[in-house]
Amino acid sequence: MLLDYLIVFLVGGGICLIGQILVIRTQMTTARILVLFLLLGVVLEAFGLYQPFAEFAKSGAMIPICGFGSTLARGAIEGAATGNILGVLKGGLSATASGLAAAVFFSYIFAMIFRSRTKKTGK
Amino acid sequence: MADIETKKKYNEYVKSKSPMTKPFPTLIWAFLVGGTICVIGQVFYDIYSAVFPEFTKDILRAYTLCTMIFLGTLFTGLGLYDKIGAFAGAGSIIPITGFANSIASPAIEFKTEGWIFGMCVKMFTIAGPVIVNGIVSSIAVGLIYLIFGI
Repeated sequence: MLLDYLIVFLVGGGICLIGQILVIRTQMTTARILVLFLLLGVVLEAFGLYQPFAEFAKSGAMIPICGFGSTLARGAIEGAATGNILGVLKGGLSATASGLAAAVFFSYIFAMIFRSRTKKTGK
Repeated sequence: MADIETKKKYNEYVKSKSPMTKPFPTLIWAFLVGGTICVIGQVFYDIYSAVFPEFTKDILRAYTLCTMIFLGTLFTGLGLYDKIGAFAGAGSIIPITGFANSIASPAIEFKTEGWIFGMCVKMFTIAGPVIVNGIVSSIAVGLIYLIFGI
């Protein structure tokens, strides 16, 4: 049990560490980092490598954005298994729909509730 | 030609003026913060799987992700997430909470510039590329599987 959490911590932290090395080395912006790691997840899932990794590292693999990419790709692959092109088109988004919708919805709600803090002190 | 030289000079000027981030502490903070966020996610996953034993792994993962996204947007709204991001760098970007932050942060910041063209458009300045690339690449993978019937 405790070992599980240690693995989650080490793997999750390790992925972020690689990301931070990239940030320092290449001055990558937030969007580029997110896209890069998302695509990494998609590619690894396409080769069937991400699920065994997620079995091992659990949230350490699923919470980083590459887990999101792997869920997208797996949805599309499962859609392809139906033998229908519509399944491919809708598979990825339906697998990640709850997360995307939650991000947009909660952002909308909190944008109504909270005020920007950077603007008060800035300028 | 002169354009290139002024650009070069400008870049050098920016480099000399921008704060030098010490690489070593940020690496450690990125590791610690990223790992901690993943452990928090695992705690929620374990709680959900204990409370709802009938749920499949996929549903539990979706619940966990939504919870982390909720926390990410909430902490962004409270102004805490940007403070974490200031020293954790990629440790706060790469977890799904960073994705949530990348939507919530401009939504809150650009609210003052109007509802549609301020908030709703700016929401996707960072998330847009992520979603576009995710959709396109996943469909490409799905098509390969469909065509070759793997």
